[in-house]
Amino acid sequence: MEWQTFFLYLFVMAGVTYLIRAIPLVLCKQELTNRFVRSFLAYVPYAVLGAMTFPAIFYSTDGLASALAGTVVALVLAFFEKGLLTVAVGACVVSFLVQVISVLV
Amino acid sequence: MREIKQGLKDGIPIALGYLSVSFTFGLMAVSAGMTWWQAVLISMVNLTSAGQFAGLEIMVTGGTLIEMALSQLVINLRYALMSLSLSQKVDKTLNTFYRFIVGAGVTDEIFAVAMSREKKVSRYYMFGLIAIPYLGWAGGTLAGAMLGNILPEIVRSSLGIAIYGMFLAIIIPKAKEDTSVLKVIIIAVILSCCFRWIPVLKQVSSGFVIIICAVTASLIGAIFYPLPEEDKENSCVEDREERR
Repeated sequence: MEWQTFFLYLFVMAGVTYLIRAIPLVLCKQELTNRFVRSFLAYVPYAVLGAMTFPAIFYSTDGLASALAGTVVALVLAFFEKGLLTVAVGACVVSFLVQVISVLV
Repeated sequence: MREIKQGLKDGIPIALGYLSVSFTFGLMAVSAGMTWWQAVLISMVNLTSAGQFAGLEIMVTGGTLIEMALSQLVINLRYALMSLSLSQKVDKTLNTFYRFIVGAGVTDEIFAVAMSREKKVSRYYMFGLIAIPYLGWAGGTLAGAMLGNILPEIVRSSLGIAIYGMFLAIIIPKAKEDTSVLKVIIIAVILSCCFRWIPVLKQVSSGFVIIICAVTASLIGAIFYPLPEEDKENSCVEDREERR
């Protein structure tokens, strides 16, 4: 990638991300009460992360078996409310083990 | 001074969580053809997991700048809500000038920890809280970009799932306690699967897919499962609408 192209992308990406965070913090010193807007904004994070996770998680490793195993472990650990690190590392370790096993067998 | 120390201390577990994910980001960015300094620079000026992974894909697939701007807007829109809530939680030491700085450091985890404090938070606490996770995010990216290549393929491939594990750790506990959130997530997931697997639909680029899925599912949620009513009188959004 040409470095000009890279910086153009980077500028747009970082600029949008920064303004989203900074503007409400700087401008708003009162609480938001519009019910529809509050509801919409409250759902956005979960909808975004859900749509980003599925079905991409099934393609996130080099084989469907290891990805599925990692997914199941992550779901179980998350269900029991383990921390971010535990869930992320748990999924990696299990999908690693499944890949090792499938190479050996 | 004690506030800074407390913030630094509270930031350590967040930073540890960030290491595994930012390591994966660095690794993926380099294997997608970016240089190590580009990967680190992206992490240093964005500090957002989901947005960066989506942004990286848009960069390497040659997406348009509009797509980049819109996808970052939708993926990171949640930060606007967090910044709004945080604006209620900070004390007077965080004046307008410092709000411009602290604004850059609002992430899911930093927000969650700041809000879980009993009293209001000062700018000193926020600086402490943001510092170590920021270094962890940038440092993890650097490590992933430099060391990613020497790891065996099988290890690199397993790390690909880390980011999704982190996402699940954020959404599942919330879905468990609130069935409306669960329903919204299921709608978003079904839509996203359609865009992946159905012919024609699967030609839509990934940035737009996330925008379409998230906005549709959240709108359905806001219409059918609105949050309970609040009795406060003023709001920024309404103020601004009135001014127009």
